[in-house]
Amino acid sequence: MTDLRRIAIEPLSRVEGHGKVTLLLDEAGAVHEARLHIVEFRGFEAFIVGRPFWEVPVVVQRLCGICPVSHNLCAAKALDRVVGGVPPPSAVKLRRLMHSGQMLQSHALHFFHLASPDLLFGFDSDVSRRNLIGLVEQHPDIAKMGVHLRKFGQQVLEAVYGKRIHGTGAVPGGVNKHLALDARDGFLARVPQVKTWALEAVALARRLTEVNQARHQDFGAVPSNLLGLVAADGALDLYDGGLRGLDAEGRLLFDGLEAVDYRSLIREEVRPWSYMKFPYLERLGPEAGWYKVGPLARVQLCDRMPTPLAEAARREFRAAYPGVTHAPLAFHWARMIELLHAAEDLERLLQDDGLLHGDLVSTGARRREGIGVIEAPRGTLIHHYEVGDDDLVTRCNLIVSTTNNNQAMNEAIRSVARRYLDGHEVTEGLLNHVEVAVRAFDPCLSCATHAMGRMPLQVTLVDARGAVVSVGTRGSA
Amino acid sequence: MRKPRVLVFGWGNPSRGDDALGPAFVGEAARRDDVELLVDYQLQPEHALDLVGRVEVLFVDAAVDAAEPFEVRAVAPDAAASLTTHHLSPGALLHVFEQLTGEKAPPAKVLAIRGWQFGLGEALSERARKNLEAALSWWAHVPRGA
Repeated sequence: MTDLRRIAIEPLSRVEGHGKVTLLLDEAGAVHEARLHIVEFRGFEAFIVGRPFWEVPVVVQRLCGICPVSHNLCAAKALDRVVGGVPPPSAVKLRRLMHSGQMLQSHALHFFHLASPDLLFGFDSDVSRRNLIGLVEQHPDIAKMGVHLRKFGQQVLEAVYGKRIHGTGAVPGGVNKHLALDARDGFLARVPQVKTWALEAVALARRLTEVNQARHQDFGAVPSNLLGLVAADGALDLYDGGLRGLDAEGRLLFDGLEAVDYRSLIREEVRPWSYMKFPYLERLGPEAGWYKVGPLARVQLCDRMPTPLAEAARREFRAAYPGVTHAPLAFHWARMIELLHAAEDLERLLQDDGLLHGDLVSTGARRREGIGVIEAPRGTLIHHYEVGDDDLVTRCNLIVSTTNNNQAMNEAIRSVARRYLDGHEVTEGLLNHVEVAVRAFDPCLSCATHAMGRMPLQVTLVDARGAVVSVGTRGSA
Repeated sequence: MRKPRVLVFGWGNPSRGDDALGPAFVGEAARRDDVELLVDYQLQPEHALDLVGRVEVLFVDAAVDAAEPFEVRAVAPDAAASLTTHHLSPGALLHVFEQLTGEKAPPAKVLAIRGWQFGLGEALSERARKNLEAALSWWAHVPRGA
């Protein structure tokens, strides 16, 4: 450990925000450790503390420009407990509608616009064309499908929230408004086409996975535990349910744990080189207790999908990967199965008149603490708040999906880097492969300042004695 | 109802200091007939569909590389525009529009309002506020259809 050299790689293009990877080499020149630096999560919890609790479900949407709805719903679920309410049936249906709209748009963005260029053009193809621009030029039908799927999800959200952003969809104890009848009817008329696109998306993801199966199967694959929510009957449930954990071989570790139990289940390790914590299952310890969350975990954790087309797709996925797969590139296929489920779930919910009328909010005896868990597009999301008698938040703990996948991403990068590092140079090939591995997890590295010209990136090279050899920055994207 | 022919589209995160300049501009801009005001966190591929049927588009964003108080820049479809994160540049969005629709992109400009601080939880800085007011004054005097 005394003679480790570092190679820093950045930027990671087409990963939300800013990314920097540091590879620590041992004396033999092999990759000893990979460190994905994510700096933007600092300050989120402090941002929340001191605010009135009823403001929180709106404010937390500003933590992320890609999945604001997940933060809105998770905060509202946590604060349901603070207001002592059990959201009425109509409110739960509307929240589930928002969640499926969110899942549809986020998964479509990831697969069509970020990941599919890697899979369609190849990891080693020209990076300047391996992106959305290249996709719309060479595969316009695929690009269009992604745009329209995402647009549909966004329009569902806009209809429930009343506007595109800054809306008050979910509030403590329920939701803010019903869905309008004309909006519901409009979505119902279009949802069959959305399902058709979703089926095509699953087929595309499967084809692209199977075509490169030999390469994909081992690419960045590192066994780990799996964590996620499932319904009481074992079906996938992205909005609610109990926490289930499997070990790397698929054996059940625990099941049906309620959200409030997360504190007895998960510990968060702090490492000096990262602002982001490293969660692990306490009973297994930090070395063996890290886990994966997100589509790859969820599709393998659940006993079944609750909608028929997605369930058929899940069975095909499981048949292709007997046992448990840990291949990061299998995330994409699993993600599209969830997208199909979201489309089916939207259709089911839109047929329910509970979206149009019924009680919206329920409250009861005030409590000082609330914990909410939800399955966000990238994985398990936990919000935990303590609230004073003056209604102000006194403590906030957020474990976001990217944090839950922190160790898994580092392990995947290490695996890929070991295989593709040739000598002591950061080659284009190494950059490409590390980038593809990180993108499979779809980390939200930043919650987005997007002012033009402001995309600060920093490269730091530090020698074995800890001295900074070189620092490079990039001023704009 | 007929779709407004002019789109004014501001983006940014209202909780990140001067990144709020785009949404603030849209929130405070004088309403005009035949102009749709739109706000979002960032530019995304599906926003290409918001450009359909427009005769003119004004993108509004905070900028750290603009002269004070603001710059108005012409923007054209740009196939080489960088795409480094989950968001697009205005030029890339125009290019995506052309590829998806097969139509020529509407004439577009970027109103780049100079910002200074972008920390999470920060308010709009005083300096950025003055720049915003200058931009709003400019917008109020832009002839209709210009």
